[in-house]
Amino acid sequence: MIHGYNGRIAEVDLATGEVSDYYPDEETLRKFVGGRGLATRILWDRLGSRWAEVDPLSPENIMTVLTGPLTGYITGARICVSGKSPLSNGIVGSTAGGEFAMELKCTGYDGLIVKGRSEAPVYILVTDGQVEVRDASRLWGLEGKETVRAMNDEVRALLKERRPEYGLWKEPGILYIGPAGENLVRNTAIMQKWSHACGYGGYGAVMGSKNLKAIAAKGTGPQPAVAHPEMMQELWEATKEAGFADPQRNLWGTGASGYSTGADRSAEPVRNWQDEWHDEKSIGVINFETRNWVKRYWSDYGCTRACMKLAVVKTGPFKGAITDNPDYELEAYCGTNLGIFDTDGVIHVATVVDDLGLSGINSANTMGFAAELYQRGILTEEDFDGIKPVWGDAEAMGELARLIAERRAIGDVLAEGTYRAAKAISEMKGVDVMKYAVQFKGIEVGAHGIRTGKHFPYLGYALSVQGGDHTSIPRPPMSEARSAMGDTMVICTMGMPRAAPDLVWRYMKAVTGWDMTQEDWMNVNGRRIIQIQRAALLLGGPDVHWDPLEDDDNPERWYEPLPNGPYEGLAPDRDEVMEMRKAAYAEMGWDERGIPTSEELNKLGLQDVDAALEPLRR
Amino acid sequence: MLIMKPWVIRDYMKCSGCRLCEIACSMKHEGRVWPEASRVRVFMLVPGAEAPHLCTQCSDYPCVSSCPVDALSVDDETGAVIVDEEKCVSCGACIQACPGEVPHLHPEGGRVVICDLCGGDPKCAKVCVEAGYGALSVGTRTSSKNFDLYAIKPEDLTRNLVVNLYGEKGEELYK
Repeated sequence: MIHGYNGRIAEVDLATGEVSDYYPDEETLRKFVGGRGLATRILWDRLGSRWAEVDPLSPENIMTVLTGPLTGYITGARICVSGKSPLSNGIVGSTAGGEFAMELKCTGYDGLIVKGRSEAPVYILVTDGQVEVRDASRLWGLEGKETVRAMNDEVRALLKERRPEYGLWKEPGILYIGPAGENLVRNTAIMQKWSHACGYGGYGAVMGSKNLKAIAAKGTGPQPAVAHPEMMQELWEATKEAGFADPQRNLWGTGASGYSTGADRSAEPVRNWQDEWHDEKSIGVINFETRNWVKRYWSDYGCTRACMKLAVVKTGPFKGAITDNPDYELEAYCGTNLGIFDTDGVIHVATVVDDLGLSGINSANTMGFAAELYQRGILTEEDFDGIKPVWGDAEAMGELARLIAERRAIGDVLAEGTYRAAKAISEMKGVDVMKYAVQFKGIEVGAHGIRTGKHFPYLGYALSVQGGDHTSIPRPPMSEARSAMGDTMVICTMGMPRAAPDLVWRYMKAVTGWDMTQEDWMNVNGRRIIQIQRAALLLGGPDVHWDPLEDDDNPERWYEPLPNGPYEGLAPDRDEVMEMRKAAYAEMGWDERGIPTSEELNKLGLQDVDAALEPLRR
Repeated sequence: MLIMKPWVIRDYMKCSGCRLCEIACSMKHEGRVWPEASRVRVFMLVPGAEAPHLCTQCSDYPCVSSCPVDALSVDDETGAVIVDEEKCVSCGACIQACPGEVPHLHPEGGRVVICDLCGGDPKCAKVCVEAGYGALSVGTRTSSKNFDLYAIKPEDLTRNLVVNLYGEKGEELYK
C-alpha cells in the first residue's frame, strides 16, 4: 500500500458505461503526486502523441478528477479537475474547495478518469468501492441550486434504500454543471455547492460535451492510512496554531479587496480594464458586511481560515440572490469590471453567473469585453437581442450572462470565450476588436493588474502555462512550480502554504512517508509538471495554436498608460518586457523561441515530450 | 436540587461548515480522520445551512429504553449515553426511537455510535471555540425539557435555518 492514497482511480468510459480501475504505481505518484501533476502525466500519456489533433470538446478528450495525498489531512480540502482545455488547448489544473474531495477519498478512490461521451445525459455516482453511471435526463437543463437540491434528494433516497438500517444519510459531495456547460459555452466552470467553481480551463464545457451533468460521491470509509500516525497530532496542533494565530484572520475574506485593489493599488479591472483605479466606497467591505452577510465565516471541509462569507440580497429587485462573499475575483469581475459598484448588484450578477454555471472570472471577463464593444457602438442592441449592456446596469448584465449561457444572438459568439469571440467579431464587423480582449492564450485573465508594477509582475501571466490564471503565474526565480504545488497536493493555497509553508513538507513526510523538499520540488518534480504543461500548450490545436514570440506577451490594453488615480500614466514598457522575457526563457529551460530545450527535457526524463516538440523547433 | 451536567451548546447560525468538529471527534474516538464515524455530523442539505447533528442527552433517554439488548446506558457523571459495543447488535431501534434520528451505525457496521461527551470534555466544542466560531461550545444542562428539543432531525433544522438565512427564498429552496 502507498500511504496517504487509496491507490485506486476509477476509469469511466461514458460511451460504453464501462468502469474499470487504474492503479498508479508508486514511482508515478512520487513524481507526479496527485491533482494537477498527476493529471498532466495521465493526459500526456494518453493524448500526448496526437495532442494537436484532439478536439477538447470531442469524445476523445479525457477529463480527470483528482485528489492528492494531503487532501483532507492538511486544512482546506479541494478537488482538481483537468483535461485538454477548450480555451487554451493546453492543460489546466483547475481546483475548487468543498466537500466533494473528502467524500471521494472516503469512498476508497483517489479520483476519476472520464472518457468518451454518453448518448443521453448521465451522472456518475461514487459510493464505497463502487462507481455507477446513472440517468440524468431529469437533471438536464437545471440551474445550479436546483441541481444540488435534486441530486441531494436522489442520492440520499438511494442510499437509504440500499442501507436502511444505517440511520440518516448525509448529503453527497457534488460536482456539477449548469445550463452553460450543457450548451458548451467554452469558459464554463465545474461547480460545487452553488458558488464554488473550478473556473479556469473551461472544464464545464468538457463535462457538457460528454453529456455528464454531475458527479456525486458519498463515502463512509476513513481517510487512507498515514505512514507516520505519531506525527499527525503534533502537526495538527501546529496547523491550528498557524491557522488560528491571527485574531483578524479572515475577518473580511478576500472580499475587502473589491474596494482596496482599486482604491489602494490601481490593479482592479474597471469597465473591461479601461481603468484599474476607482475610489467607489459603495463597494467597500463594510457595506457587504452590514447589509448582506448572513454568515461572517463560511468554510469548506477542514478549513481553519474561513475566508468565505455568505452574502444575500434581502430587499429590492435582486431579492433572494445568494453568493459566497462575493470573493475578490467576483466582486471585481461581476462588479467593477462591469461598472457595478453596489453590493446588491454585484451579488445579483455573481448569483446569475453561478446558477448558470458560467465561470465568474472568465465568462464575466467576456461580458465586460462585450459591454465595451457596446459602449463603442461596435455591437448594438440588435446584436444583443434587445439587451442594453450599459456599465453599471446589473439587471442588464444578468441578462447578458443568460444570453451567453443560452447561446442566443451574439451570445452564441461570446460563448466561445473572449479570445475566440474577438477573432469572430473582428471578422464579422470589420473592426479589430482584439485590442479590447484582455486574456492570455485563450484564458481570460484574473482580476489582478500589472500596470503599476507593484501588484502583479509585468511578466507573469504571459509565461504561465495556465494562461490568465492568477493563481498560477511564474515568479522569480522564474518558475511556476510553486503555484503548481498546492494544485498537485490538492490543498488550499490560502491556508497552510501561505501561513506555514514548511508544514506542507512535514505533512508529506507524515502522510506518505516520503522525504521531499521544497528544493526538489522547485528543481525537479514541480518543474517536470510545468514543462509538460508548456509542451501541451505550445502543441495546442486543433482550432488555435500559440506562437510564443507572439503570444508570450501582455494584451495590448496593458501597455496603455493608466488613465486615472495615484498611478496615472504608468504602464509597462514593452521593450523592457521583451528583455525580461529573454532572461526568463533561459531560467525556465526554454530556448530563445520559448520552446523547452532538449537538454532541459532530457534532464527531467521527458524524452517523449522532447520528441513531440521536435516539429515546433524546425 | 438541580444537577448540572455538561452539554454541548449549539449556535447553528455560527456554524461555518468547516467540519473541524468531525475531524476532532474521529481523531479522538477512532484515532484517524473518519467523518462518517464521527459522533457529530454536519449536515448540509442546503449550502449555507450547515447543521451539526449530535446527541442532546434527552431527559427521558428514549434510545436507552428502546434497546432490546441493554447495550445503552447513561453515564452517572456526564449524563452521556454510553454504547456497549460488545452487546450492540446494530438493530437500529435506538435510531428510530430518537426524535432527531441522531445515532447512526458505525460505517463498519456491528454497532451504533452516539456522542459520549468525551467523558465531559467534548473535543468538537473545544476545536470550534479555538477556531473562533463558537457554533459548538461547552455549557451545562438541567433536566428541563427545553434541552430535549435539540433531538431534532436535520431536515427540520434546515427548514428553519434556510428561512433565517435566506428569508422567503429559503422557503423556496427547501420545502
